[in-house]
Amino acid sequence: MNRSMDTAAVALITLDKMPFKMAGRIAHVDWTLLAERDARRLRELGVDEGVAVEKLHKGPFGIDPIACRIGRMIVALRTAQAAAIAVEPDTAQ
Amino acid sequence: MTPTPLVALVGNPNAGKSALFNALTGARQKVGNYPGVTVERKSGRMALADGRPVEMLDLPGTYSLTPSSPDEAVTHDVLLGRQEGERLPSGLLIVIDATNLDNHLRFALQLIALGLPCVVALNMIDMAKRDGLKIDVAQLSAELGVPVIPTVAVRRRGIDELKVAIGNLAVSGALAIRPSDPAIHEDVVTLQRRARAIAVAATTEEDFKRRWTHRADAVALHPIIGPILLAAILFLMFQAVFSWAATPADLIDGVIGSLGDAVAAAMPPGLLRSLIVEGIIAGVGAVVVFLPQILILFFFILLLEATGYMVRAAFIMDHLMARVGLSGRAFIPLLSSFACAIPGIMATRTIDDAKDRLTTILIAPLMTCSARLPVYAVIIAAFIPDRSVLPGVGLQGLVLFGLYILGVAGAMLAAFILRRTVTKGPPPGFMMEMPRYQVPIMRDVALGLWQRALIFLRRAGTIIAFTTVILWVLVSYPKPPVGYTRPAIDYSIAGRIANSLEPVVRPIGFNRDIALALIPAMAAREVAVSALATVYAINDGDEDRQAKSLVGRLQGRWSLPTALAFLVWFVFAPQCISTIAVVRRETNGWKWTSFMLAYLFALAYVGAGVTYWASIALGL
Repeated sequence: MNRSMDTAAVALITLDKMPFKMAGRIAHVDWTLLAERDARRLRELGVDEGVAVEKLHKGPFGIDPIACRIGRMIVALRTAQAAAIAVEPDTAQ
Repeated sequence: MTPTPLVALVGNPNAGKSALFNALTGARQKVGNYPGVTVERKSGRMALADGRPVEMLDLPGTYSLTPSSPDEAVTHDVLLGRQEGERLPSGLLIVIDATNLDNHLRFALQLIALGLPCVVALNMIDMAKRDGLKIDVAQLSAELGVPVIPTVAVRRRGIDELKVAIGNLAVSGALAIRPSDPAIHEDVVTLQRRARAIAVAATTEEDFKRRWTHRADAVALHPIIGPILLAAILFLMFQAVFSWAATPADLIDGVIGSLGDAVAAAMPPGLLRSLIVEGIIAGVGAVVVFLPQILILFFFILLLEATGYMVRAAFIMDHLMARVGLSGRAFIPLLSSFACAIPGIMATRTIDDAKDRLTTILIAPLMTCSARLPVYAVIIAAFIPDRSVLPGVGLQGLVLFGLYILGVAGAMLAAFILRRTVTKGPPPGFMMEMPRYQVPIMRDVALGLWQRALIFLRRAGTIIAFTTVILWVLVSYPKPPVGYTRPAIDYSIAGRIANSLEPVVRPIGFNRDIALALIPAMAAREVAVSALATVYAINDGDEDRQAKSLVGRLQGRWSLPTALAFLVWFVFAPQCISTIAVVRRETNGWKWTSFMLAYLFALAYVGAGVTYWASIALGL
C-alpha cells in the first residue's frame, strides 16, 4: 500500500514511533507487513481502522514490548507489529 | 432415557467464564482430559429450578472459531461436534464482558451463527456501570436475536435468571448445525464491524475510564518499580513455600509415622507387613509430605492469575525471554513449573507459536520443581555447614538458591541453543490482552487448590505407590542363599542392575549406592531419598529408616565432591515418569520426548562430572 497517499491530509504516525501517553485513532493497518498469524491475532484483539488507541507503557528492559489501549482493551504487543499500525493522533493533545 | 443435556460455556478469555462456571455448578465439578491432548475438560452438574439436571462444560477461552493454539482447537472442535470423546452440546452459554462489548460481541456473533440454541450472559455488568457505560439489554437481545441476561458472576448476581434462560432453551436435542452459514466463515474485520455497530447502538457511553487498572499499571508496569515488584512477589512466593509449609509438612509426616507404627503393631511380622509399612506407607508418605509446599505454590500462581497480574509479569519478562528466543508468554508455564513441571507443561497450550511452545516444553523440566526439594534438603543438611556467610544469609540457603539459579541458567542456555538449532523458526510475536485487575474470589481460588490437591493425591496413590512397590520387590528379591556374606541387597535384582550401572557413573563421582537410588528415582526424584534411606538402612542392618539418620549415614560414606555432583545431577536429570508421559502426550510422540531425555541426561552427566572434578581440583 502506498502510505504517502494517506498522509496527504493529516500527519500519520505509526504506533511504534508514537510518543507514550499519546492517543489517537487507527488510520490504517498495513496487513502486508504482518505474518498471517500475527495479523489474525491483531484483528482478534480489535485492531481495525477507526478504533481508538492510546500508547500506555513500555517493557522495562529495552524497546519491547509496549502496552496500548486498543478500543476498550489493553493489549501488549511488540514494536515490530506496532509498526504496521498507522495512527492519526487526536488533535486535542 | 434421554441423556442429560450438555450446555457449553464459551467466550473470549477474561470474560469471567470460569467464575460463572463456578457460580453455576458450585463444587460439583469434574476435571479430566480430552483424549490425546492435555487440555483439561472441566464439566459440572447444575440443577435447574424445576430440578432437571444439565451438564455444563467449561470450554477454553478463545477469540474466534479459527484456532491458533491447542486449547483453542478443542473449543473449535467441540462446537463443531468434531472433538473425540465429546458429544455436540445441545446449547451454548455465551459469556461476554459488558465492559468490552465491541470485542466480545464479535465472537458471540460467530457463535450464534453456529445455529445452536444460545443464551448470552452479559457478565461484569457492575464493572460496566463503574466504567460509565449504560447498556440497553433489551436492544442488545433484539439485535443478537437471543436472550441476554446481565450477570455479575463474582457476586452471584443474575445466576437464577440465567438458569431460567438455560431451562428455556430447546435443550432436548441439538438443532442441525449450519456450517454453511456465512457468518461462521466471514472474516474477522466484517464481523468486528458488525459487532461494533451493535455495541454502539446498545451502549450509552458516559465517561469511559478504567481508573483502577490504569493506576495499578502505572506501578506494576513502571520501568523501575515494575521489575522490583515482580522480584519481590517471586521472593515472597518462594519464601512462603519454605516457611509456611514446614508446620503442616511436619504434621503430615507425624500422621504417616503413627499410621505406619499402628499398622506395624497390628499386623504379624512378615512379607505383607513389610510391603505395606515400608513399601506403601513410607513410599507414598514421602511424597504426600510435599502436599503443603505444592499447594502454597499453586495458591500463589492461582492468585497471580486471578488478579490479572500474571500477564503483567509476562509483559515485564518478555524482553528477557526474547533474548533466548522465547516470548513473555512462556514465562507463565515456566513459573508454574517451579511447583511441578506437569501443570507447567500443560499451561504451554496457551502458546500459539508451535516452536515457542515446543522449546518451553523442553526446558520446563529444568525449573526446580518441588520434588527436588527433599533431595536437596537431605544432601545440603549432610554436607553444607550451617553457618552464615553474611548477616541473615546462611550458607545452606545460599547453596539452595544457587541450585535454583543453576536450573534457570541451564534452561535459558538450553532455550538459546535450541532456538538456534532444532527448534529454529521466526521469533515468536508477543500479543496478549492485559485483563483488568480484579480482587480474586477466594472461593474460586480454594476450588482450584482443592482440584490440584486431588490430582496430586491421585498421582501419589497410583504411580508413586506402584513404583514404590516395584522398588520394594526389586530390592528384596531374590533372597540371598544361606551363607551369603555380602549385604543381601547385592544379591537382589536392584543390586545387580546397580552393579552394572556403577562403571557408567563412576567417572562423575557416583558410587554404587547412588546408582541404585537413581533407578527407582526415575519414577519421581523424591524417591531417591527414600531409596538411599532404604539401601543404607538395609546395609546397616537396623530398623530405623528415617531420613534424619540418613544425614548421618551419608556424611560417613560420601565425599563432598560426590555430594555436590549428586546435587548438580538432580538440577538437570529428567527423573520423573509423569513429566515424561506428559511431554510425550503434548508433543504427540516419542521423537521430542527422547530428544528431551537425551539432552537433559547429557547435561546432568556433564554437569555432575564437571562439578565432581572441579571440586577435587579445588581440594574440597
